[in-house]
Amino acid sequence: MSEIINPGLAATVGTPAAAGEILLVAERITRRFGGLVANQDVCVTLPRGKVHVLLGPNGAGKSTCINMLSGDLPPSEGTIHFMGKDITGLSAAQRSQVGIGRSYQRTNIFPKFTVLENVRLAAQSRRQQPWRIFSRAMKQQWALDKARACIEEAGLGAKVDWIAGVLSHGEQRQLEIAMVLATDAQVMLLDEPLAGMGSDESARMVEVLKRLKPSRAILLVEHDMDAVFAVADTITVMVNGQVLESGPPAQIKASVAVQQAYLGQEDSFHV
Amino acid sequence: MSSLNSTIFKLAGLALLACVPLTGESFYVELAAKTLVLAIFAMSLDLLVGFTGLVSFGHAAYFGVAAYSVALLSPKYEAASLWYVLPASVGLSALAALVVGLFVLRTKGIYFIMVTLAFAQLAFFVFHDTPLGGGSDGIYLNVKPTAAIAGWVPFDLDNATHLYYFILGALVVVYAFLARILQSPFGRVLVGIKSNEHRMQSMGYLTFRYKLAAFALAGGLGGVAGFLYAVVFGFVTPELLSWHQSGNVLLMVILGGMGNLVGAIAGAFVFTGMQEVFGNWTKHWQLVMGCVIVAAVLFMPGGLSAVPGRIKRALQGGGSNE
Repeated sequence: MSEIINPGLAATVGTPAAAGEILLVAERITRRFGGLVANQDVCVTLPRGKVHVLLGPNGAGKSTCINMLSGDLPPSEGTIHFMGKDITGLSAAQRSQVGIGRSYQRTNIFPKFTVLENVRLAAQSRRQQPWRIFSRAMKQQWALDKARACIEEAGLGAKVDWIAGVLSHGEQRQLEIAMVLATDAQVMLLDEPLAGMGSDESARMVEVLKRLKPSRAILLVEHDMDAVFAVADTITVMVNGQVLESGPPAQIKASVAVQQAYLGQEDSFHV
Repeated sequence: MSSLNSTIFKLAGLALLACVPLTGESFYVELAAKTLVLAIFAMSLDLLVGFTGLVSFGHAAYFGVAAYSVALLSPKYEAASLWYVLPASVGLSALAALVVGLFVLRTKGIYFIMVTLAFAQLAFFVFHDTPLGGGSDGIYLNVKPTAAIAGWVPFDLDNATHLYYFILGALVVVYAFLARILQSPFGRVLVGIKSNEHRMQSMGYLTFRYKLAAFALAGGLGGVAGFLYAVVFGFVTPELLSWHQSGNVLLMVILGGMGNLVGAIAGAFVFTGMQEVFGNWTKHWQLVMGCVIVAAVLFMPGGLSAVPGRIKRALQGGGSNE
């Protein structure tokens, strides 16, 4: 089993890694479900230190795109490279091991475990040692420390010992972020992390994203326009499974095509 | 139940079990020995059903493989060495589970239940219909294995009391082994797989390997029970691998409360107890037992292991959630 040993918490608090280094490149990825083309020739480049936002109305193919990048869905065509290595054929678990982490649109946690155990399991995944069946998980101090630090980072410090299932929706989203953090993900794929959050919670999450940004590459699917324009370096607008336009926020704001296809339709906003 | 209470409860249960041979009633000693063997079997299945979320309906196959291994590996009129035949039969059942696991763990849910059953039926017919297993009559184990080490005999499995304590010791060892494993990082991953396998994968766990390890481990521990069964009864038949046997042990786990090792032991005792009581009472005991089990599942969610908590809540007035 491959092991990736990370130097403790360095990655969580921001290493002086080469900003701008290209971490993930997806080239012309296409996904078909029978006759339906959910994604067609989508290209995404994620450099370290940048937040790339995927925008688009419901059904535009944003989640399909994330699923292909994370390994949950194999692309029908196209290639995905991580730090120069072709990872198109890797499973979700293998991609997590190389450094791609994701959160889900619909909260995906261990509802019966404590917050700490949810994140501790994520931390443990970096040094699995499954053969050590007589060691005690709760005595692996490095994993506990890491989990606590990530919980703190995601703003859940006061709820470490709570059962995850009883947390509020927004807190469960924060827990998801803590779990992604604990896997030392270099590339974070976040599917609507602000969905269902109150304004305080959203504001805090935006702060978390800004803090994480310098050391990682982040792909964000989000409908909350205030948050999008607060954190985005690049915005890609998708419509009907295709990229309509991609560029810096100012370009997207000014784009006539985007306004017609998406921003113009007030009813397609989810604010 | 607080951990102190629970430790006291376990020690009291163990002391009670240790007293059984003092009654001197050979019928009850043998019945208790058989029940302890089934309790080990139920704990091994609980590792899969209760902790990993794999509902195997073919666990008797590994019980039977180990039982047949004892009979086949022992010389006809001489005692085999316990120190050879025990690890060999347990190893063979773990190996069988490893091979079967490679196939069945590619399925999920109802398909997993069906495919584990199918492999167990396959194993049943291997012993039932080939010269290897002696047909439906099975094989006699004429002489029980000997524990002798270079002439020194620490205990004698032909002695019913010695055998009983040997089985009780095995139960304690298997319990302690499983309890310890479940606290390890490996055990935590299994429980995580039960709760949300998809999430475990997206966090970088190759869950198939963990499930395979759990399946082989459970097969091996089921093999410990199968070994002991063959030694207690002195013969093996294909019935040991039958789907009734797989179903019975699954019922013990469900009655006891899935995901609780003490519950699995309790489930084995209640199940065999009911078999005895209803069996003496009426010819149609299976009918009565079926009704009791249906009622237990309906009115006792969480099984026997959830009962202490319910009583406690009831005594506290039932109103408070804390």
